[in-house]
Amino acid sequence: MAETIEVSGLRKRYGDVNAVDGVTFSVAEGEFFGILGPNGAGKTTTLEIVEGLRQADEGAVSVLGLPPWPRNPRLLPRIGVQLQASSFFERLTVREQLRTFGSLYGVPARKADAMLETVGLADKADVRVEKLSGGQAQRLSIACALVHDPELVFLDEPTAALDPQARRNLWDVLSAINTEGRTIVLTTHYMDEAEALCDRVAIMDGGRILELGPPAVLVRGLDAPARISIASGLLDAADARQLPGADDVEDDGVSLVISTRDPSAVVAAMAAKDALDGVQIRGATLEDVFLELTGREYRA
Amino acid sequence: MSTLESFKSLSRAMFLGFRRDRGALFFTVLFPLMFLVIFGGVFGHQSTSKVKVLEIGRVPVLDQAMAHGGDELGDTMKLSKSSDRHDALHKVTKGDADAAVEQVGNQLVVHYSAADQVKSGTVQGLMNSIVQGANQAATGKPPAYHVTSQQVEDDSLKAIQFFTPSLLGWALASAGVFGASQTLVTWRTKGILRRLQLSPAPIPTVFAARVAVSLAVALVQFALFVAVAQLPFFGLKLGHYWWMAVPMVLSGVLAFLAIGMVIGAWAKTQETAQAVTQLVVLPMAFLGGSFFPLDASPTWMRTLAYIFPLRYLNTGMLNVMGRGLGPMSALPQMGILLGFAVVGGLVAMRLFRWDSA
Repeated sequence: MAETIEVSGLRKRYGDVNAVDGVTFSVAEGEFFGILGPNGAGKTTTLEIVEGLRQADEGAVSVLGLPPWPRNPRLLPRIGVQLQASSFFERLTVREQLRTFGSLYGVPARKADAMLETVGLADKADVRVEKLSGGQAQRLSIACALVHDPELVFLDEPTAALDPQARRNLWDVLSAINTEGRTIVLTTHYMDEAEALCDRVAIMDGGRILELGPPAVLVRGLDAPARISIASGLLDAADARQLPGADDVEDDGVSLVISTRDPSAVVAAMAAKDALDGVQIRGATLEDVFLELTGREYRA
Repeated sequence: MSTLESFKSLSRAMFLGFRRDRGALFFTVLFPLMFLVIFGGVFGHQSTSKVKVLEIGRVPVLDQAMAHGGDELGDTMKLSKSSDRHDALHKVTKGDADAAVEQVGNQLVVHYSAADQVKSGTVQGLMNSIVQGANQAATGKPPAYHVTSQQVEDDSLKAIQFFTPSLLGWALASAGVFGASQTLVTWRTKGILRRLQLSPAPIPTVFAARVAVSLAVALVQFALFVAVAQLPFFGLKLGHYWWMAVPMVLSGVLAFLAIGMVIGAWAKTQETAQAVTQLVVLPMAFLGGSFFPLDASPTWMRTLAYIFPLRYLNTGMLNVMGRGLGPMSALPQMGILLGFAVVGGLVAMRLFRWDSA
C-alpha cells in the first residue's frame, strides 16, 4: 500500500539559511503524525512544501500519490489544512463562515452545518467569528479544514494559546477525527500533546529530522534515569545513597529525590524501610528527549 | 464543484462583510452623501448677493435709472440713502457697504474699497452702464445696439448639477481604492489568501467575486446619490443620456480597484495601506475637481489632475448627467478609465504575494 505522504531529500534555502536541509519521512494512511521542533526548526516550511504552498529547491514530495506543486486542483479537495485561527472572512457568523469555505469545495450548506456539531460549535452558529474565544476559534478553523471531508488533514499548532480545558477538549476532537480513518499531520510545541495524540513523531531542528519514531520508543531510547521523590526526613540522604540501584540523591529540605535506572529495586528497598510516604516516580518524557536533542539554551 | 457556486457564495460572504462594516458604510456611503447635502444645500440656494450702494445726498443720474429700470437694477443692487458723506465713506471702508456714490455737477463719483475686488468691479461696471445709459438717453435717439444674454445650459446648471457627479466620483474613488487595498492586505495578513490558495476554487473566481461586490456597492452609491440629489430641495435635473453614467461608474470603479490592488499588494500592514490610500484618494479628489470646479485653478494643477482616473470619471459623469451631453461624449473617458484598470491590474499582479513572509 502506498504511503499517504512520501518525502525524500527535501531542501529549501532562504538566502543563506537552510530552512529545510535534507528531510526524509513518510506517513502511512490513518496515521497521526507529529512534527516537533523549536521555533525556526523548519517545521512550517516542511509542512508548507508538503501542502503545496511552496516549491522545494530539491527533493521529492508525493501526497496521496500526487505531486503537490504546482497548485494541484486534483489534490486540493482531498487535503484539509488548518491555518492560524484568524484566517476567517471578516464579520461573518460561524455558520456563514463554514458554509462559505464549504462552497469552495462544492459542499452543500446542510453538510457544512453538520460539521458544527462535530467540533461542538452548534450553539455558536450565529455568533460572529470576531466574538469567539480562542478555543472556539481554533475549533472553527479545524471545522473549516474538515468541512469537505478530506482524507489527509494538516494542523499547525492547533492548541497554541489555549487554556488546559480547551486543549483537552480539542484533543478529544482530534482523536475522534483520526479514529474515523483520516491521516493527520500535526505540528506542535507541546510534548504532552504529541505524546497523547501522535502515533509517531519527528523531532526537527536546524532543518533536519533528528529523531523519528513512536513517542514511547523515543523516550525509552533516551535511557534517562527515573526520579523517585519522597518527603524529606523519612530517609537519610546517606542511607538513600546505599539503596541498591540508586545513582544519585538530592535533598533540598522539602523532598528527597533519588535518580535511578532501576526504579523497581529502589522502590522495593524503600518499602522495606517503610519510607514511601508521598512517593512520586517520574520517568523520562518526550520533553526530555526533545531537550536532549535540541539543547536547553534559550533561542529567541 | 461549480465555479459559479463558489463565485456566488464568495460574493455573498464579501457583501455581508461589507454591509456589516459600519465604518466602511459610513465612509463610503453616508459621509459623501452628507457632503452632497451640505454642498447642495449651501451652494444650491445661494442667491447672488446684491451689491450695497450708498447714495450720498441726491444723485439724479441714479434716481433716474432706478425710476426707469428699477426692477432689473434691484436684482443686482441694493440702494440706500445717506445724508452723511463722512459716515457713508466710513461704511465703505469698513465693508458694510460696497460703494458710496455722489454726484458733483455732471460727475458721478464712485467711492469703493479694493478689499472686495469682485464687488467693487461690479459696482463700477454698473455705474458705468448707468451713466452710458443716461448719456445715450440725453441724445434723444434710440440706442443702436442691444445686448441680450443667454446661458448655454438651460438655466438649471445650478450647483447641484456639478456637485452630484463630482462628489459621487469622490465617494466611488474612496470606496474602490479603500475596499481593494484593505481587502488584499487583510486577506494576506490573516492568512485568508493562503486558505483560498489551498482550496480548489479557481483564483480568478475569488477576485472576480470581490470585484463584483465593489461594482454592486458602486451602483448602490450611484442610485442613492441620484435619488437624494433629485429631491425637490436639491433639484438635480438629469441629462437625457444620464444612463451613460452607469457604464462610466463601473469603468471608474475598475480603475479605482486596480489602484487599490496595487496599494494592497505593495503594503505590508493595514496601517500602511490605509495611510497610502488616503495619500492617493484625497489629492485625487481635490485635483479631480470633486470639491470645487477646477476652471479657476492654475493650469499646472489642471494638468496634474489628468494623472488621476477620477478626473476623467468626474468630467465624463458631469457631461452626461449634469451638462446633458450625448452618450458618445463619455466614451473617451471610459476608455481611459478602463486603461487605468488594465495597467493597475498588471502592476498589482506583479507585486502580488500570497503571504506576508
